[in-house]
Amino acid sequence: MDARSWAEAPPVANPWFSWSYVEANRADIAEALGQHLTLTVQAVLVAFAVALPLAALVHGRPRLAAAVLGVSGVLYTVPSVALFAILAPFTGIGRTTVLIGLVGYALLVLVRHVLVGLEGVDPGVVDAARGLGYGRMRMLVTVELPNALPSVVVGLRLATVTTVALVTIGVVVGYGGLGQLMYRGFNSAYRAEIVTATVLCLVIAFAADLLLALAGRLATPWAAGRRS
Amino acid sequence: MGGGPAIMSTSIVGDAFVWLNDPLNWRGPQGITALTLEHLGMSVLAVLLAAAVALPVGVWLGQRRGGGAATVALANTSRALPTFALLLLFASTSIGFGNRPTVLAAAIFAVPPMLSSTYAGLRDVDRGVRDAARGMGMSRPRSLALVELPLALPLIAAGVRTATVQVIATVPLAALVGGGGLGPIIITGLATRRFGEVLAGGILVAGLCLLAEGVLALAQRRLTPRAMRTRRPGPLRASTGS
Repeated sequence: MDARSWAEAPPVANPWFSWSYVEANRADIAEALGQHLTLTVQAVLVAFAVALPLAALVHGRPRLAAAVLGVSGVLYTVPSVALFAILAPFTGIGRTTVLIGLVGYALLVLVRHVLVGLEGVDPGVVDAARGLGYGRMRMLVTVELPNALPSVVVGLRLATVTTVALVTIGVVVGYGGLGQLMYRGFNSAYRAEIVTATVLCLVIAFAADLLLALAGRLATPWAAGRRS
Repeated sequence: MGGGPAIMSTSIVGDAFVWLNDPLNWRGPQGITALTLEHLGMSVLAVLLAAAVALPVGVWLGQRRGGGAATVALANTSRALPTFALLLLFASTSIGFGNRPTVLAAAIFAVPPMLSSTYAGLRDVDRGVRDAARGMGMSRPRSLALVELPLALPLIAAGVRTATVQVIATVPLAALVGGGGLGPIIITGLATRRFGEVLAGGILVAGLCLLAEGVLALAQRRLTPRAMRTRRPGPLRASTGS
């Protein structure tokens, strides 16, 4: 095509959505989706594994609990872009940096919710268990944690949904899951790529939220009537 | 990547402090001072835009004590939608690159926290107090202005504070669509592999957010009458700029 016909050619189509894009780039999309999902699951699981013992440890020690809540509130104020920038010089560009950041934010959400759940357990129930001779560990595992479960589930849902959205900021250090697709779409001025990645992000977030809500409902059958 | 980051790290911290201590990096149109002012200017604009929508709607819904479900649904959806996605969508329309799509995206994400706390503030005004105001012959607007809004003010201020810190945390994303503020320090540093600058930029952005949070917390405390100052810890606020 010579220069003249380029100039006269109609503007390139730039649709908001295109099935042919999705079909032609299925492998790419699947890779980004996989990156996004594994990052989210890994971050939430690691954060949960740390948050649970941490909350159990400070539970019943009001001063320590207040300190943990205060520090987590302040740390949560640090923006993800800044956190990735502070981590990147030490942990490099890529997955590790993003994962550490995601674990951090999820941890702050989870600790708070687990702690709130534990503190909210009916003192009468705890008293009754103590009267039955329950030790501290047995009390925690068989009485307090099950009673705190609704709050724990709320924390897990919140942490998961925010993590799904937060993964996209990983673009800053070149590892943003679906965010990588969005950014590529932006840089090549192709809207369909941005929209596809955005829709997938929303689908993951809502699906994960729904799954966790259902799991929570199954795990706390006694709360079903109260919630209605 | 790799390449022994442990060995490099001390020099990176050193580089960051050298960079931050160089007065040349603070002055001029691309200096830290100018960029910080631009960052704050964009943030104020976004907060004002969001407040212009969120506060009236929140007051109206809260007074009617209706629309709570819609407010919650809006907050949940905004949590699931990445700010980055909305920013890129805006930037790929006729809104254009740079600061404009960033301010717009930040403003949209600032609406839910302000809306829900304004709504909650007015909804939770004691019915008896409202009835008393009406019983004394106050008209509805008068009761709203003299009785209900002052009582709701602490919660409204909390919402504005959350939204403001969140906006300041979001504005650095402008760097990814060719905008200004403090974000470009980080993004340019990463692109040119000057990690001292990246670290310095991260420290500046984090510092600005913490400072804003502190100042606003103080302001909110001043706005709250002494009798209403509770020590109840609020819900964890999202300001991570997702």
